[in-house]
Amino acid sequence: MLGAARRKILGQMLGRIRPIASIQSMSYSTAVKEMTVREALNSALDEEMSADPKVFLMGEEVGEYQGAYKITKDLLQKYGPDRVLDTPITEAGFAGIGVGAAYHGLRPVIEFMTFNFSMQAIDHIINSAAKSNYMSAGQLSVPIVFRGPNGAAAGVGAQHSQCYAAWYAHVPGLKVLSPYSAEDARGLLKAAIRDPDPVVFLENELLYGETFPVSAEALDSSFCLPIGKAKIERAGKDITITAFSKMVGYALQAAEILSKEGISAEVINLRSLRPLDRPTINASVRKTNRLITVEEGFPQHGVGAEICTSVVEESFEYLDAPVERISAADVPMPYAANLERMAVPQVDDIVRAAKRACYRSVPMAATA
Amino acid sequence: MSAFSAVKILHAHPSLAVRSSAAESSSNKPKPSFPSSPSSPFNSTNPSSSSSSLSSSPLRGNRRRPILAVSSDVVSKKQQQRPPLVATPAVTREESLELYEDMILGRTFEDMCAQMYYRGKMFGFVHLYNGQEAVSTGFIKLLSRADSVVSTYRDHVHALSKGVPARAVMAELFGKATGCCRGQGGSMHMFSAEHNLLGGFAFIGEGIPVATGAAFTSKYRYEVLKESNPNGLDVTLAFFGDGTCNNGQFFECLNMAQLWKLPIVFVVENNLWAIGMSHLRSTSDPEIWKKGPAFGMPGVHVDGMDVLKVREVAKEAIERARRGEGPTLVECETYRFRGHSLADPDELRKPDEKAHYATRDPITALKKYILEHNLASESELKTIEKKIDDEIEEAVEFADSSPHPPRSQLLENVFADPKGFGIGPDGKYRCEDPKFTQGTAQV
Repeated sequence: MLGAARRKILGQMLGRIRPIASIQSMSYSTAVKEMTVREALNSALDEEMSADPKVFLMGEEVGEYQGAYKITKDLLQKYGPDRVLDTPITEAGFAGIGVGAAYHGLRPVIEFMTFNFSMQAIDHIINSAAKSNYMSAGQLSVPIVFRGPNGAAAGVGAQHSQCYAAWYAHVPGLKVLSPYSAEDARGLLKAAIRDPDPVVFLENELLYGETFPVSAEALDSSFCLPIGKAKIERAGKDITITAFSKMVGYALQAAEILSKEGISAEVINLRSLRPLDRPTINASVRKTNRLITVEEGFPQHGVGAEICTSVVEESFEYLDAPVERISAADVPMPYAANLERMAVPQVDDIVRAAKRACYRSVPMAATA
Repeated sequence: MSAFSAVKILHAHPSLAVRSSAAESSSNKPKPSFPSSPSSPFNSTNPSSSSSSLSSSPLRGNRRRPILAVSSDVVSKKQQQRPPLVATPAVTREESLELYEDMILGRTFEDMCAQMYYRGKMFGFVHLYNGQEAVSTGFIKLLSRADSVVSTYRDHVHALSKGVPARAVMAELFGKATGCCRGQGGSMHMFSAEHNLLGGFAFIGEGIPVATGAAFTSKYRYEVLKESNPNGLDVTLAFFGDGTCNNGQFFECLNMAQLWKLPIVFVVENNLWAIGMSHLRSTSDPEIWKKGPAFGMPGVHVDGMDVLKVREVAKEAIERARRGEGPTLVECETYRFRGHSLADPDELRKPDEKAHYATRDPITALKKYILEHNLASESELKTIEKKIDDEIEEAVEFADSSPHPPRSQLLENVFADPKGFGIGPDGKYRCEDPKFTQGTAQV
């Protein structure tokens, strides 16, 4: 079932062209097929809905508006209003309806316009979706997917910018995924829809329009990525940088800058926040001996704190420098553009932290 | 404006009711009547009584069988005369005994729970249902196994009425591995996939969207997956209390259920108290049935201490849902004889209110009805009571002698995929990979 079994290991460096794949690619004869994250998500939803009539979409503006961010474009026309449901503004209500439908074997995909709005439904995500299989001792499983954009966009203010990765990854009973590239988006969303458990799927609004190359295997309709496995986006030997979602792009840019200064950084795209791929992270740290974690959310009790603890528990003797976490500033997101820039991690912050970990002298990090 | 009137009212004069129902060929079931109550603690003025002269709406004229409405003894201002005792009873003998047995089961079970709690066998939060049995029995005994029930933390009796064996519920309350959820749910989280009991939720209002989702599935299966069902749509019942009716999720679901015409019945067990908060103190308009027509569905008020009246209304509401006509909001005026939970000292409710409702005990009333209409003899009823006593004793023994859950059960069932961490690229469970760590819980 899982196309992952057939997936070959892609080149570690992003952007390396594979001539063989391009000859076999579906539409272009000379270039590797490229896809935006938006197209990737749309195609994943389309394929899963056509493969299984029990899959249906529910959310605000998913139907006639074609999706608030156009992720669900054309699905209403294709599958009809019985399977693509526009809801009233009732997050708690429709998240709970999704859970009730999942109890009886349907496979809902519930869209939150942003995950900030999921706070109105968080009772259902945690108390009725995540905990039900446990409370009922396995009688009622909840094969539901909650998806939507997570984290900061541009200039949208404090109530629209929070990252919920740490909140949901904290809860046993949930699986939490966060894709970066188009291939991640396709493979993880398909895996999430097929998974028999509740999955929180954290996308990123600013990534929707970004284009990534996709391999031929990724375009296959049975392509799935395994849940709980991270991807090494760029191999290195001096320092490990873990990141997820948009921060993977920043980490890769930082790695490029660092390589010019002689520091070879290994970038890990976590892909799955719960379960966290501790073996991959620890294996990488045992190789490089230094670690920085990058995330977009607030620092306290965040994803980076968990990764640091995991490494301290399992690979303490291998660490040559303290683990550092790069995260948002510990403030609600300000609106002014310059303050917003200071409140989220930038590529510079990652570069400086990497140099600190490698004991290169750098000016002190600018603090607000 | 909705075509449905807010409350479907039977004619105020029972004699008229007998005549008009005798005229119907399709059914002759006059309204059963229990001794009317002298006073009402429910003091607000009630337009339903003034609308008792409303005639059927034109739409209802199309129906083969007019809706036999029931008005609460408390609600209607006019005293109801006792109908002649020769009137045909509303239920058959078998049905009446089934109802009696179910209510006795609920009452005896809950009383035993209280005993076991004070002996330390049961712990945590235990919310008992004494006094409200007519609602559970009146509704759930009309369902088939494929229909679903969603409840709140006061869910023991809903589980029993739906068919979960008493020994499974008792073992669950004792926290034993033989409980219906293997001891993992507890008093407030009764689930049974086999009996379509979808919980058991601690947060009030949480069960309502879940019930709406179950009803959504019923409709989806019929319309999208094209599964045929000779009985009509599978119906879902959502049980919740008066306090829940001020919660946002309730209104969100009334809207969506009516919007999409889902096969659900919203059953309000209005026992007038939310822990110590009186319904009248917390609600701007205490008449909950009115909230139905605000969303375009019928709202009905019924005397929840009278199982036959509840059953009458329930029959209609469930049939409506099965036919695909959409949801109904049924407000059952009922009362809990005990406190909110076994930890509640229950000091705020006045003794005369409790005394008033004690005279309206649904079990006593049904017993009286059965005897008056010669549906069964006193000794037959005693036999049923003895049988239930034995069943509950046996349930306690079973629960007592059952084992506690094994230590390995702690980490089980977090996820539906059996070992919880997904399938790896080689197709094997990831946790079976020797390099895979499962966290640090040492179990």
